[in-house]
Amino acid sequence: MTAVSHEAPPAPAHAHAGVSDARIPASIVPLVGLPFVAAVIVGLIVSIAGNWLWALEWYHVVGGAGWTTLDLFLGFVLGPMIARMSIPTRAEFMARFFPKILLILPTLVMMTLSSGFQLARHLGYIDSSYPRHAWIVASFIVVGIMAVVALGVVEPANLAVLFEMRKPQPNGELIARLTRRFIYTSGITGVMQVGTLIIMTRIAS
Amino acid sequence: MTTAAETQMLAERKLPPVIELGCLAMAFAIAGVVYLASHIPGKPALWPAVLFLAIGAVIELGNVVVLLRTRPFAWWMFWRVWRWVMLAYAVIAGLLMYIFIYDKIPGGQLALMLLTLGLFAVDVPTMLAYSVARFQPAERPAS
Repeated sequence: MTAVSHEAPPAPAHAHAGVSDARIPASIVPLVGLPFVAAVIVGLIVSIAGNWLWALEWYHVVGGAGWTTLDLFLGFVLGPMIARMSIPTRAEFMARFFPKILLILPTLVMMTLSSGFQLARHLGYIDSSYPRHAWIVASFIVVGIMAVVALGVVEPANLAVLFEMRKPQPNGELIARLTRRFIYTSGITGVMQVGTLIIMTRIAS
Repeated sequence: MTTAAETQMLAERKLPPVIELGCLAMAFAIAGVVYLASHIPGKPALWPAVLFLAIGAVIELGNVVVLLRTRPFAWWMFWRVWRWVMLAYAVIAGLLMYIFIYDKIPGGQLALMLLTLGLFAVDVPTMLAYSVARFQPAERPAS
């Protein structure tokens, strides 16, 4: 039988940031996901080398749908929810959530853009003589803005939070500030994704 | 071990605007790529793309110089993150290079695209590594 102490246990080092040791992932990026990413990249290269239109379309549709849905969900559903969470709950959620996002989002972006560029070349959409070429250029600009937001704001904030949580004395206020930045920029990328949907449906119709 | 006071101090100290300058450099580089990509398969004048890339490169160079002069700074953590981000970036850049070469993009445009990828190779890992290292203690804590 296990002895039960009636004394209050000492607060863990991470308590003030709301992150218990057990909740902190062992690695910044979930290593178990890496073989899947490798498989996606190999498949993408084979599809491009083989000029397989169906496979390129599959990569573009699946990657684009995943990317757009994730950004919209983060920006308009999850983001506002996280903003209303208490700091400890928010920190604990982020400790689980950010590592997966660090792997999933770049993979989806790579799938979508690489296959999209190849598709556009095969189908002639990228040619400046294409009647809706302006929409293609608009999509380049939207992707460019999203790249700056993702690489300049979202990913740095995510990484900084993950490393802060691994400190013996994490700064809860800093984690709150960085997650707030993530929430706001998720809203921006959500709006940009609405723009992408308009552009893509204009091209397809 | 970092104490709560040290952690607070690390979060509040003033550092050069590395992320902001990195974003600006990236925006110029992307503008050049958008210009080139929007003229495929034609052969547009290269000078606008060269100009955008040059402005981006100058900003990034300034960024690196300012960052290298920053003391005290958690360089141990900076290089640790930088190496891993660089590895991930190399995979993505390798795929993009493969596509550009596979698509037989003309020499001048190809050179500019590859130089832009080179600029990103400095810019992206620097921004991500800096964003982590800025909140870490300058001395590597004893594990």
